[in-house]
Amino acid sequence: MAHEHRKFICITCPRGCALDVTLEGEIVVQMEGNSCKRGIDYVTGELKDPRRMVTTTVRVRGGVHPLAPVYTESPIPKPRIFDLLAVIRKVELKAPVKVGDVVIENALGTGINILASRNIPAKGEVS
Amino acid sequence: MLKEKYDVIVIGAGPAGLAAAIEAKKTGAQDVLVIERAQELGGILQQCIHNGFGLQIFKKDMPGPAYAQRFIDELAGLHIDTLLDAMALNVTSERHVYATSRTSGFLELDTRALVLAMGCRERTRAQIALPGTRPAGVYTAGTAQRFVNIEGFMPGKRFVILGSGDIGMIMARRLTFEGAKVERVLEIMPFLTGLTRNYVQCLLDYDIPLQLEHTVKRIIGNNRVEAIESVQIDSQRQPIPGTEETIPCDTLLLSVGLIPENELSRKAGVALDPVTAGPFVDEKMQTSVPGIFAAGNVVHVYDLVDWVTQAGLLCGRNAAEYAIAARKHHGRRVRMKAGDNVRYVVPHVLDKESLAESAQRLQMRVTLPIEEPVWVEVMNGEERVTRKTELYVRPGEMVNIDIPQSAYDAVQRASELSVRVVRR
Repeated sequence: MAHEHRKFICITCPRGCALDVTLEGEIVVQMEGNSCKRGIDYVTGELKDPRRMVTTTVRVRGGVHPLAPVYTESPIPKPRIFDLLAVIRKVELKAPVKVGDVVIENALGTGINILASRNIPAKGEVS
Repeated sequence: MLKEKYDVIVIGAGPAGLAAAIEAKKTGAQDVLVIERAQELGGILQQCIHNGFGLQIFKKDMPGPAYAQRFIDELAGLHIDTLLDAMALNVTSERHVYATSRTSGFLELDTRALVLAMGCRERTRAQIALPGTRPAGVYTAGTAQRFVNIEGFMPGKRFVILGSGDIGMIMARRLTFEGAKVERVLEIMPFLTGLTRNYVQCLLDYDIPLQLEHTVKRIIGNNRVEAIESVQIDSQRQPIPGTEETIPCDTLLLSVGLIPENELSRKAGVALDPVTAGPFVDEKMQTSVPGIFAAGNVVHVYDLVDWVTQAGLLCGRNAAEYAIAARKHHGRRVRMKAGDNVRYVVPHVLDKESLAESAQRLQMRVTLPIEEPVWVEVMNGEERVTRKTELYVRPGEMVNIDIPQSAYDAVQRASELSVRVVRR
């Protein structure tokens, strides 16, 4: 099978290694430029099932702010990001919200929960 | 209830200030106060809802607010005072802090050690002198971030972003998530100024075009931004004629750098580095003014919050140690006061332990002449510590008296000594 050369930028950590990858189909046969072994996992993921963490906000009623920030517990498939955002947009919470509260369970059937990323005390409540 | 004097006062409750306050308390500082301008703790992290925080310190990929929450929770368990919705107006080199808030009014506070953790501000349109009209719709990226992530409204529908800093790229993705169209990201430099991973996961992932060596030539629109005119620049940063392009949009975001916020540092007489625009610091994060420390983006602009936290921890530990030493030292020092017919005494302050080494000479001038024999007396209240006689005293002639080593015990009992010159 013919070898293919491709370039990636690893986004696993803030270092952002520039990867030179030799591929045989979806198999990484050689990699240069990576600082750790997570580079291989990243490229394998990008080829087979690219995923991203998604962070956004949901509406909150009666809180010190009108929104609560939320995040995916783990990265979700990249092609489903905008479907997920549409689902999250429909949610409205009631204050108080606590960091780690499950906002949506098993979002889009991915098995991944959407969690609140901070406390939103109710208006007038001592945070 | 606030105290009048603290071991450590921290100005700013962002990641640097929170870490400094927590570590100061854990190191043994008795009273710690954090003064914060916003209505809640956490600083800019509260609007940085994206992930990527905590990989170094917690080995976990966390959103900004969740990262802040860890420190807010820890602080709450440590009996650290907080003054929110408050403005620190002035600080002096003697570490007097003047602050005001709606709930507590005007406050004058003292602290043995002060931590400056005010962070930084975004560079604005005025600071980069963007030509064109002055319509609504020009924001810094951080202001737009606060609107979208905390206050819940969108500043526009079609965006151009000037500058490839991290906040700009992160906002490009965020605005796309909220249904806006980001037409272009322009960067004047020939390279990206933010992290490469943000180019991938914020711009490439959503097909948002980035143009290096491009800038905004002028802003078009009267009441509201209608378009911007972009232009390519050469290696001397001069516009290349003929490369202009009109990009229709209703909002221009600026992500063109951050400047440490050091108005208070300047008032305290802290020396600033013209390159970083932050205080000069030593390995303890102490500034040029003893007892005043600084940490975080107020010193220099970081790219990772984890390093800010570490700077805050180091700073808080050293501020607490300074305060503890100052408190210990305080009981050992006694003020020298001018009593009857004495204008002043030098030294003004005496270390009580100095008498263990040698006698200590005091020098002074009298207020009025006395042309007959006098006693020069060193008093601890009504108790006489030592005295000598002079045949006369005159304001033009300096008077000396030595506190002998035999007075060591008497001096240990004193909190204040006075010298008087009286007729025999």
